[in-house]
Amino acid sequence: MEATIPVLILAIPLFMFVFLGLCGMKMTHKLAGILGTLGMGTVLVLSYYTAFTYFFSGAPEFINAAGERLQYMVFDQTWLQFTDKLAIKLGFFLDPISAMMLVVITTISFMVHLYSLGYMRDHHGVYEHGFQRFYAFLSLFSFSMLGLVVAPNIFQMYIFWELVGASSYLLIGFYYIKPSAVSASKKAFIVTRFADLGFLIGILTLSYYTGTFNFTELTSIPVEGLANVYQVNEGTAQGIRSIFENSAAPVFMGGSVLTWALVLIFMGGMGKSAMMPLHIWLPDAMEGPTPVSALIHAATMVVAGVYLVARLFPLYLMEETSLIIITVVGALTAFYAAMVACTQVDIKRVLAFSTISQIAFMMVSLGVARPEIHHGLGYMASMFHLFTHAMFKALLFLGAGALIHAIGSNDYTAMHGLRKHMPITHITFLIGCLAIAGIIPFSGFFSKDEILSSCMGYDWVAYIWMSLVAGMTAFYMFRLYYLIFWWKEHKVPEGHHAPHDQPWTMSLPLIILAAISCVAGFIPFGNLVTWDGHAYDFMEHFDWSVATVSLIVALLGIGLATVMYRKENSLPEKFRKALPALWTWSYHRFYWDELYMFITHKIIFNSVCRPLAWFDRHIIDGTMDSFATITNKASDAIKPLQSGQIQMYVWYYLIGALALGGITVLCLI
Amino acid sequence: MEITAVFYLVPALIMFCCGVYGFITRKNMIAMLISLELMLNAVDINFVVFNRFLYPEQMEGMFFTLFAIAIAAAETALAIAIIINIFRAAKNIDVRSLNEMKF
Repeated sequence: MEATIPVLILAIPLFMFVFLGLCGMKMTHKLAGILGTLGMGTVLVLSYYTAFTYFFSGAPEFINAAGERLQYMVFDQTWLQFTDKLAIKLGFFLDPISAMMLVVITTISFMVHLYSLGYMRDHHGVYEHGFQRFYAFLSLFSFSMLGLVVAPNIFQMYIFWELVGASSYLLIGFYYIKPSAVSASKKAFIVTRFADLGFLIGILTLSYYTGTFNFTELTSIPVEGLANVYQVNEGTAQGIRSIFENSAAPVFMGGSVLTWALVLIFMGGMGKSAMMPLHIWLPDAMEGPTPVSALIHAATMVVAGVYLVARLFPLYLMEETSLIIITVVGALTAFYAAMVACTQVDIKRVLAFSTISQIAFMMVSLGVARPEIHHGLGYMASMFHLFTHAMFKALLFLGAGALIHAIGSNDYTAMHGLRKHMPITHITFLIGCLAIAGIIPFSGFFSKDEILSSCMGYDWVAYIWMSLVAGMTAFYMFRLYYLIFWWKEHKVPEGHHAPHDQPWTMSLPLIILAAISCVAGFIPFGNLVTWDGHAYDFMEHFDWSVATVSLIVALLGIGLATVMYRKENSLPEKFRKALPALWTWSYHRFYWDELYMFITHKIIFNSVCRPLAWFDRHIIDGTMDSFATITNKASDAIKPLQSGQIQMYVWYYLIGALALGGITVLCLI
Repeated sequence: MEITAVFYLVPALIMFCCGVYGFITRKNMIAMLISLELMLNAVDINFVVFNRFLYPEQMEGMFFTLFAIAIAAAETALAIAIIINIFRAAKNIDVRSLNEMKF
């Protein structure tokens, strides 16, 4: 494969960022938006072409005679050469998951670009302030995310990992006049940055012992006869393990160094993917514009953690402990987020917690994946769920954006009974809800079913736990659906227009994503993406008993939601009175934010930051200030010498000249 | 009695010291200018005397003195022009009162 198209995939968004960022203010809002969308459309076409070539061309560098998918290095350039061994490279790496991610990112990003043309303006068609800046940042984000998924080495991934963090920060704080948006953007940046500290230490630990950053050297072996082509191999990862064991690597706090490196790398993933206890930034990140929430905080950036674990999966497979940690963190997060989502009032918050819960599903799926359990079904299921979730969650967010745009509030209490006013939004939102609840034949059913199957193969506790969470998912999504579209008739306030459907630029993405959510389940995903490249036809191994159970659980959740929320009644209020503590804790998100506030403000600020601030004010600043003060005082003292009296100057000169002459004479004698 | 260099150098020294004293003590700028000329001429005498007594076969000292006299004339003209302008602006050429250029 030529390197031209891959280079363009990265170069176009970067160019659009620079171009719109520098020249955006010179052009009209509309032109900037259309240029950004066209640029993204081009990238979409190129990425589809690349992914299609990779998956379906059957070229020997992409798939071998045995039908195994291979990893292909399109290019790999040295970027920074520090020493002979330590070099940072930039490249473009194609394998099943990166090709799939190219499709996911460009699809969602293009939809969001298109959608924002309608969303980022008010009802009179006036564009929002900073519209061009918005498109520039969207392009920056797309560039960073694409660079992240195609990274052939962990350091390039880290660089782009930070770049997506930065663009996420910029976009959450897009409404920088709103204090809540500013604090949310800071919170997101600081929390993920804190997690990335662990990631960096993990990278350094891993590369210190293995001497490499490259994924291919960590997890795969070169294929004979074909340069640039690699095959996923457990044996290479075994080699890594023996490096750690034979180099007398120290054991730290009961864990081997490899375990620690992998867990620390996973910590970076926890931050980006909002796993407990680093999840607190994601609900607040909803302060950003809704298309941004759809793109970054639902579909692409937040799954970077899952992608990271998947990328290093053969290594994680070597350390049972790290996979167990991933499973436990994922399972707890999934349950916690589902609990919280059941009581939130802000529709974007509900979707945010649902995102956390669904990403936790993917994490659990990776955590329970083992080669001996259905040939590593969990890995495939995780990637499949990533794909379907990106589509239907983006759909739900864009639908929520349409509602917010029409109503002017994030609160469902202002909505109620909108189904007659906004039919397109209603239908597409319903499809999204059905997909996430896991109703056949929508996409979420298939991917969630694969996850539950692999949980079942791993351990029945995991299976029951995740099924319970799946039922809660169905419940809270339909609670949201009924509260927005049913509950009671919508009252239009006096002097207001009735809410109505959106312009085509906003409807079209909804319809396309809804269509994808209807059919994506039938993609033979097991033939495209598996952990070692072997095709695995999951339909052949389809376990109808798991499917039936999960379907029943989902229907139970939906049924409960229907009983409680379809029509206005007193059941929710009774429920709330019956379990006041549970309701309050759930409503306040189990007080995680307050806990963080307590730890940061009361403990860290008081015991660490204040002494440091005192040291800074008094010792460091004091030293500098005293330099200035001494200079000031000295100049004040000698200032009168410059009196303006010429004859005084002559005196000084004369005395000086005589003194010098006298000294010279004395020296000569 | 033979005339030696000292006979010339002592009056030149006296002239120079008078110049320095006048330059420091006189408050009138014209008087200061005159004192300055006095110092200059004392130095000119030194040049000529040393040329005459140390290197009688060479003429550099003489030429330099002529040169310095010409320059001093131009410089005096310039100084007087400045003084006249100061007088126009300040109505006064007392150097004690002209102390604008200070800290």
